[in-house]
Amino acid sequence: MNTDDIRAVALATLQSIAPEVEVDTLRGDRPLRNQVDLDSMDWLNFLLGLHEKLQVDIPEADYAGLVTLNDVINYLQAKLAGRG
Amino acid sequence: MIEFKLPSLGADMDEGKLLEWKVGVGDTVKKGQVVAVVDTAKAAVEVECWQDGIVGELIAEVGQKMSVGTVMATLLEPGEKPQPHVGAAKPVATAEAAGAAAPARRRMISPAARKHAEEKGIALDTIEGSGPRGAVTLEDVERVAAAKPAPAIPPPAAGAAGDKAAEMRKAIAAAMARSKREIPHYYVAEDIPLARALSWLQAQNATRPMPDRLLPAALLLKAVALALRRYPELNGYCREGVFTAGQRINLGVAISLRQGGLIAPALLDADGKNLARLMQELADLVKRTRAGSLKSSELGEATITVTNLGDQGAQLVHGVIYPPQVALVGFGRVTERPWAEDGGLKVLPVVTASLAADHRISDGHRGALFLRELAELLQHPEELDQ
Repeated sequence: MNTDDIRAVALATLQSIAPEVEVDTLRGDRPLRNQVDLDSMDWLNFLLGLHEKLQVDIPEADYAGLVTLNDVINYLQAKLAGRG
Repeated sequence: MIEFKLPSLGADMDEGKLLEWKVGVGDTVKKGQVVAVVDTAKAAVEVECWQDGIVGELIAEVGQKMSVGTVMATLLEPGEKPQPHVGAAKPVATAEAAGAAAPARRRMISPAARKHAEEKGIALDTIEGSGPRGAVTLEDVERVAAAKPAPAIPPPAAGAAGDKAAEMRKAIAAAMARSKREIPHYYVAEDIPLARALSWLQAQNATRPMPDRLLPAALLLKAVALALRRYPELNGYCREGVFTAGQRINLGVAISLRQGGLIAPALLDADGKNLARLMQELADLVKRTRAGSLKSSELGEATITVTNLGDQGAQLVHGVIYPPQVALVGFGRVTERPWAEDGGLKVLPVVTASLAADHRISDGHRGALFLRELAELLQHPEELDQ
């Protein structure tokens, strides 16, 4: 999976939780939750959706590093690459 | 003969519109069974029956608007013979032409599926149900939507979503105005250190698979429920100045809707559930609230409301009590703050808990003690998981 594929999965997952979000307007380098109204349950469901779609486990200890969309994509890419 | 009346599903509900009967004449119904779907200012709600019986007559018609307390149907007790019911189900307004004239039908469709079909402009009659007894599920609607062109009903008039939002805003305003007019509120607040609770939660979550992880909200809700056992004057209803303590501890959880507005359905018997179950039920409640698929018992039985602003909220909330309840507990955003303890200073995660309560029923002193109890419970997180 390349970066674009992962980004597409992440955005589709995000839209399933926040259908009103306009993905074209999202800045990948800005905190995601400053751009989209996601409460803690939404955020958990977002990560859970990524886990289910990509079969990637995301330990709670890693949540703090997942702030921007780019953080999420880079994290998932590293996890998928590590899985070989 | 038992009269089945449109129940009140909260202080902000005066009337409802029957969307669907889930039962037909002659059906045996059990207590707790969903028998109808009623649209309120806030959401389509699955209305449950409160008694066992056999459906004698369906009086209300699909599409009809009714005031709370209107007899919608009659139920027969075992062995009872049917009789025509007299003097019931007067519509609030002229029933809408399209649906009202048609006889009540037993089309099984979930509120979420119905809402989705309306949004997509798909006629319900054109959808083949794959659920139990031919029930139409959300997946069925999505399948038909994906296979367009489908026979369509006229889409909602422009501005329909805006009308619904305005209707909800009006309902919230009416309930909150009543609250501020009738309930002499008092407010108390307490900063609660959460270092132990969050540390325990982190250790728990490290051992749980992702779908089973807990949010801090589960701990906060359970602590509120347990604290209420010792302060029953905060858990119940005040009607015409008379307080009735709740027989159960049902926490109304304020859930914001993505399109604006909020609904506070109840986590029933929250004090008796472990954290995993509370978390599971909370997640389910949030999902169904936002999908428009709540049950009447979840809307009409909250004995207190909890509003948790979460990690995107402000530090402190001064709540407005949802009548006829007598208290509301609020939690602000958990933040790291300087904390003086044992003559030293450290930095800890802290949440500010607040209580808005009805001065006709309790005093600030008891309210403050309740918050102290809440703070104490949160210092022993392992004991909350029982």
